[in-house]
Amino acid sequence: MSDQTASTRPAPAWAWHLGLLVTLVLWGLIYRQLAPAAEALTALLPIDRHSTTGEAVAFFLYDLPKVLMLLSLIVFLMGVVRSWFAPERTRALLAGRREGVGNVLAAGLGVVTPFCSCSAVPLFIGLVSAGVPLGVTFSFLISAPMVNEVALVLLFGLVGWQVAVVYFGFGLAIAIVSGWVIGRLHLEGWLQDWVRDIHSGAALPEAFEGERLSMVDRYRLGLVALREIVGRVWIWILAGIGMGALIHGYVPEDLMARIMGADAWWSVPAAVAIGIPMYTNAAGVIPIVEALLDKGAALGTTLAFMMSVIALSLPEMIILKQVLSLKLIAVFVGVVGSGILAVGYLFNLLF
Amino acid sequence: MQIKVLGAGCANCRTTVDLIATVAAEAGKPVEVVKVEDMRQIVGYGVMATPAVVVGEKVVHKGSVPSRAQVLGWLQQGE
Repeated sequence: MSDQTASTRPAPAWAWHLGLLVTLVLWGLIYRQLAPAAEALTALLPIDRHSTTGEAVAFFLYDLPKVLMLLSLIVFLMGVVRSWFAPERTRALLAGRREGVGNVLAAGLGVVTPFCSCSAVPLFIGLVSAGVPLGVTFSFLISAPMVNEVALVLLFGLVGWQVAVVYFGFGLAIAIVSGWVIGRLHLEGWLQDWVRDIHSGAALPEAFEGERLSMVDRYRLGLVALREIVGRVWIWILAGIGMGALIHGYVPEDLMARIMGADAWWSVPAAVAIGIPMYTNAAGVIPIVEALLDKGAALGTTLAFMMSVIALSLPEMIILKQVLSLKLIAVFVGVVGSGILAVGYLFNLLF
Repeated sequence: MQIKVLGAGCANCRTTVDLIATVAAEAGKPVEVVKVEDMRQIVGYGVMATPAVVVGEKVVHKGSVPSRAQVLGWLQQGE
């Protein structure tokens, strides 16, 4: 890490550090006032606080600013952290790893490496062409969208830290095991032809040299991530919390317990099946998850639904079709889907 | 001069193309901005994150929308 700042910069490094500190303190002060502010706002409206509409409105007014604030904070911090984890570094770390260790490392790197599904293909090729085994590459591709800071922080803020920890642990486990299984199946032949040609000519890439960035540069990258990610997901959050508020206010309690309760054995596969065509990201699905849990849906079923929505999305499969054959995509969905099913049943059994 | 923007169908790729065109017009530099959307070609440049920018067949930037200052730098360099 280099901490020097070039003298030509408009604002000196200490101003950035100070500004960040002040912002964080302000953030904390405002965050603590959100609940009373939401109650006060609801009280101003001409509706009964304890009616279904009152419940829905109070839920919406409290959760929306809370989620947006949590998300902004964490996206900025992760933007800074990620400036140390370029995809090229991930590749250098994974190249030449054995399966097993490689799967674990790949799943872990998936959490911190910047990932966007529009870059999934060049990333995939980059890894495979550097000699990273197919199964290890899959561990990365499964973990990157599923176990990310947006999902974790929203679970932490809306549902509770226990569920966030459980999701983190089992998300990584699914990525590791699914990748390992796909590696064992030796499906290199099921890549698209042009990718296979690159794969067979795989060579170790030259040593990776990280860019020299000052701390201020990293703050700037954090701000870029903040603007970009929050700009992209706020609409999903709005929709998700709106849905959540409706469920919260209007859906009768026993209905959810009956459909998504632990007693209904078919609820877990149904939740996974419904989740695949649904295209939203963690930001949109978690407010719904909160409302479902609140209405008596079983934890395992709800987690399965959430993982399926985030990890198995139709648009991403269409993107991956450029590099994977349909057979390989089917195996991918099958293996990951089974993992999610297992987690769902396990949790319904345990809790 | 010619500047290539690598990336298929991402919002940031379009933003990058527009940014380079705008900055070049403002600076009065004749620039041909080429969008490369074919995955094989993109991968051929060895980039793992899009959008990426190629000037004179060299990858000068990847993974994000570049800043105006960076774009100006490439434009001046190309002379």
